[in-house]
Amino acid sequence: MRTKMVGAIAVVGAALALSACGSADPAPAPSAKADQFAPAAQDEAGEITVWADATRVPVVKAYQKAHPEAKIKLVTYSGNANGATDLQTKVQLFDRTGNGWPDVAFSATLSDTAWAAFGDKPYAAPVDKVIDKSVLDGFAPGALDPCKVGAGTYCVRNDLAQVVLWYNKKLLDKFGYTLPTTWEEYQALGEKVAKEHPGYLVGTAGDPWAPEIYLWASQCPASTVTEAKNVTVDLKNANCSRMVGMLDKLIANKAMSKAGVFDAGFIKNQASKVLLMPGPSWFGQVLFNSTFKIPKGEIAAGAPLKFASDTATYTGNVGGGVWYISSHSKNLKTAGDLVSWVTTADEAQANAVTYPAYTKAAALWLTKQRDSGYFAADISPAFTQAAEQVWPGWSATQYSQEAIYASTVVPALNKDQTIASTIDAWQTAITNKATSLGYKVN
Amino acid sequence: MATASAPARQATGVRGHRKPNRSGYFFVAGYVVLLIAFGIGPTLYAFWLSISNSRGQLVGLGNFTRTFTDYRFAAAFTHIMVYVVIWLVTLMVLVVSLALMLHGRMHRTSAALRFLFYLPGALAGVASVVLWLILLDPTNSPVGFILRAFGWDSLATVILPSHLPVIFTIIAFWTGAGGWIIVVYGALNSIPPELVEAARVDGASIFQIARMIQIPLLRKWIAYMLILAFATGTQLFVEPQLVSTASFGMIPDGWSPNQLSYLYAFQAGDFNGAAALAVDLLFIGLASATVVVFRGGLFERE
Repeated sequence: MRTKMVGAIAVVGAALALSACGSADPAPAPSAKADQFAPAAQDEAGEITVWADATRVPVVKAYQKAHPEAKIKLVTYSGNANGATDLQTKVQLFDRTGNGWPDVAFSATLSDTAWAAFGDKPYAAPVDKVIDKSVLDGFAPGALDPCKVGAGTYCVRNDLAQVVLWYNKKLLDKFGYTLPTTWEEYQALGEKVAKEHPGYLVGTAGDPWAPEIYLWASQCPASTVTEAKNVTVDLKNANCSRMVGMLDKLIANKAMSKAGVFDAGFIKNQASKVLLMPGPSWFGQVLFNSTFKIPKGEIAAGAPLKFASDTATYTGNVGGGVWYISSHSKNLKTAGDLVSWVTTADEAQANAVTYPAYTKAAALWLTKQRDSGYFAADISPAFTQAAEQVWPGWSATQYSQEAIYASTVVPALNKDQTIASTIDAWQTAITNKATSLGYKVN
Repeated sequence: MATASAPARQATGVRGHRKPNRSGYFFVAGYVVLLIAFGIGPTLYAFWLSISNSRGQLVGLGNFTRTFTDYRFAAAFTHIMVYVVIWLVTLMVLVVSLALMLHGRMHRTSAALRFLFYLPGALAGVASVVLWLILLDPTNSPVGFILRAFGWDSLATVILPSHLPVIFTIIAFWTGAGGWIIVVYGALNSIPPELVEAARVDGASIFQIARMIQIPLLRKWIAYMLILAFATGTQLFVEPQLVSTASFGMIPDGWSPNQLSYLYAFQAGDFNGAAALAVDLLFIGLASATVVVFRGGLFERE
C-alpha cells in the first residue's frame, strides 16, 4: 500500500516536471503609459471612496463640509506608515477580484508609486490627465519628482519632508556653542560635546530612516534608479564612506545615539538631551513638540549641512505623503477635485502638521508656525532653502531602504559593531531585495 | 490546520462497531461544507496556482525551484525550524508536567490554576502580541528589571535576531499552552483511578506512576497536540509581522516562510510563487503529521 503511494507520488511529480510548457517567471510589470490612460465610464454624481490615515481624516472632512454636494465614503486606514503595506496588499487583491479600489488614497510612503504606477492596468491614474496643469505647476520644484514615471505624473504630493538641522537653541546658547554649517564642523562639535557634556546628543543612528537623513545628504548612490527598473547600489562609493566614517566616530564616543527617536526609552531618558539633530521638517511639530514635549521657545531649525569639499549643499528627505487617484474610478472629477483641494487649499494646508508641498500654502503655513511661537527662531529660511536642496540622485524604489537598514544595520549597532563593518551585508541585502522584485542592479 | 485536525477527529469519533446511522451525515454536513469552502477549496486553488504561472499556463515545478533558490528561502525555513523545535519541546515537557502536577497533588488550587492557565488563550492572537511588545520593552515593562538583568536595556537589544525563536516560543506558550494543559488534564481524568491506585499500593512513587502509567496512556493526546502545534508553529506569521512593524522593521520582513509567502503575493504581486511556498508548508505539515500519526498510534483502536 505504502510503496504504491510512493510510486504514485513519483509519477505525479515526474509528470509535473515534464509538463512544464510555460515559463515560471512572474509576468514582468510594464510601466504605465500615460497616453494610453482610458478612464472607466464616468458618473459625476457617484459616490467616491477615500482612504486616508487618521492625521488626514480632518482635512477630508473639511472638504466634505466645503463641498456638501460631493458624496464621499471616508475609510480610515494605516496610511501605509512605518513600513505597513496595506494599500498595496488590498490593491493586489482588488486587482484579482476586479473591483473595490478606493477612488482616492493617501499614502505616507513615497515609494508606493514604484508599484502603483506599474502593471497591466496600474492602480494610480496619471493625475496630469485629471487635475489642471496650473494646479500641478504650483508645487515646489521637484516636489512631484517621486510621482513621475516616464512622462506621466501618478500622484500628488501632500507634504515635503526635507531634512534640516534641528537644534535646541537654549542648550546651544547655554553651552556656548555655535551652530555648525558644514559636516566637518558638525563632527568637531559632536566630539567636543562628547568630552565636555557627555550624555548630550548630536543625532541618532538607530532610526530606520537614518540613511535618508545622512547618506542621502552625502550624495551616496545607494538607491539611484536610472531607467525603469535599473538601480545603482554602491555603498562603497567615497560619498558613502565619508558619512559612514563620521557616524561611526560619533557613535563610538556616544555623541550619537544608537536608538531611534521614537523608542520609548529614548523619549523617556534622552529626548531632553538632544542638542543637535539632522532630521526631516516634520520632526519640529511631530517629534519635538508632540512626542518629546520640549517646551516652547527652545527648538529651532538650521539650514542643511554641506561637506567643505562640495560646491553645492544637498540634503535628504524622509517620507512626505502622497495622494493617489484610482485609474478605475468612476468619478474622476470629484476625485481630482478632492485631491487638489486637500493638497493646495489654504484651509486644508495652512494648519497641517507637515510642511505643504504646494508653494503658496507653504508660505502661509510658515507664517502660521511663526505665529504659534513654538520655535525659538523663525524656521522659514531653513525650510525654504532645504526644500530646494533635496539631492535628486536618491530614487523611490518598490522596496523600502528603511526596512533594509533597520533589519541589517540597526541590529549590528546594538551588538556594538560599526556601520562600516556591515557595509558588505548591507549592500548584499539591498541587491538581493532589489533583484527579487525584478530590478537590475548595477 | 484543517488537514491535520480531520484525521484526529475521526480517530476520537469512532467508537466500537455500532451500525452506521444515517443521521450522522447530517451532523457532519455543516463541518464538511465549511471544510470544503475554507479548507479543501483554497488548498486546491493554491495547488493549482503553484503549478501554473500568471498567464494560466502549466509550469510544472518551476515555481517551486524558483522560490527554492530565493535568497530568503533557506533563512526563513531555518528560522522556523529552530523555532518549532524549541516550541514543541517546551510545549510537550511543560504542558505534560504542569497537567500532571495539577492532577496529582494540587487538588485544592487546581481549578483556580487551570482557569489562570487558560486565561491568556482567551485573548485574541494579535492582542496578546501587542501586550508582549510592551512586556518586552525594558522602559515600559513591569518586568523590565529581568530584561535589564540580562543586559538588555532597549527593545532593540531584546529583539536581536538570535533571541527571536525563544521570544516567539514564550509568546506562543503563554497564549496557547493553557488550552493544552486543560486537554491533557482531561485526558488524565480518563485514566481509570484503579490503575493509579494499584500502582501506588505496589509502592510506585509519583514519578514512576507518571512515567510508567500516565504518560504512556497519554501518548495519543500528546501526538494530537504535537500535530496541531506543529501546524500552527510552522505557520508563524502574526508574531514576527507585528514585532517587525513595532520595531520599525528590525526583523526582516521575510523572517518566517508564511511572511515570505505574503511578500511574494503582496509585495511582488506573484501569487504563484506565494502558492508554491504555501504548498511547501502543506507538504511539510502533512509529512510530519503522517509520521506522528503512525508512530503515535493515533489511528489504532483499543
